[in-house]
Amino acid sequence: MLPSVLRCVRPVSTSLSLSRPLAHFRPHMDPDPSRPVERSIRTKLTDQLTPDHLEVHNESHMHAVPPGSESHFRVLVVSSQFEGLPLIKRHRLVNEALKEELSSCVHALAIQAKTPEQWGSNPSLAKSPPCLGGSRGDHTVEEKLKAGRE
Amino acid sequence: MNSLIRNTARCLRSGAAVYIPRQADGRVWTSSARFLCAAADIQKALGDIVQKDKVVVFMKGTPAQPMCGFSNAVVQILRMHGVDDYASYNVLEDSELREGVKAFSNWPTIPQVYFSGEFVGGCDILLQMHQNGDMVEELKKLGISSSLLEAEKESK
Repeated sequence: MLPSVLRCVRPVSTSLSLSRPLAHFRPHMDPDPSRPVERSIRTKLTDQLTPDHLEVHNESHMHAVPPGSESHFRVLVVSSQFEGLPLIKRHRLVNEALKEELSSCVHALAIQAKTPEQWGSNPSLAKSPPCLGGSRGDHTVEEKLKAGRE
Repeated sequence: MNSLIRNTARCLRSGAAVYIPRQADGRVWTSSARFLCAAADIQKALGDIVQKDKVVVFMKGTPAQPMCGFSNAVVQILRMHGVDDYASYNVLEDSELREGVKAFSNWPTIPQVYFSGEFVGGCDILLQMHQNGDMVEELKKLGISSSLLEAEKESK
């Protein structure tokens, strides 16, 4: 059971509801244009790691989850806070910043954590390996998808 | 209780042979017997598991049949370096193991790789180690000579 306190934050969008009264009613299959999980990830990484460069990619469409899911992400963080830190410590900083998302709706998080110098000499985003369908029928993933929809 | 954990851990281990220990009365220890174990027991069992073998991988699926692209990437990287004999544990078979290893490593995702009892990281870290040459060095520290190093020597 997921503690309610760890539910993903969904911002209240009052302006949207005024112009389209039924905007809040959205079948879970449609992509949510407000992308709350992606925005939350972006905000937290920005606040906690003060990156020079940040990319947040929702890769859920590459995996065996319904369209519009926000369950699989790839992040690229370029920050001077990573200087002198081994990869594992850098990744732990990212995990720590996103621990709420990781314990509720995010099932997979691919991380690239570079210093500004490393980014300067190799400004490239790694590619995720092809999905082997492991999320299909996976009870843990189903719970996370449900948490993301709530 | 500890022997129960050891036996179930052995069941989960995949590799060349699958060992299903049997009790004297013919009952088979399976991973479902794990529900009797307290969370603390699983933490202790994991402590033993990561020390038992030089290279330990917690993954989805098995090295012969990975069920996740990230887990498969780890398997392929190890294979490229000639590391085929390692302990692997399929977290899809056991939800307590799956949650237990995340708590044990304080790491939220699978796959997870251990070298000599020390947590190395997941797919991203292994890939970067492979790309920047650190993998060869780390394997050397384990007393494993990477086959990529051998191939490089031969080409010179």
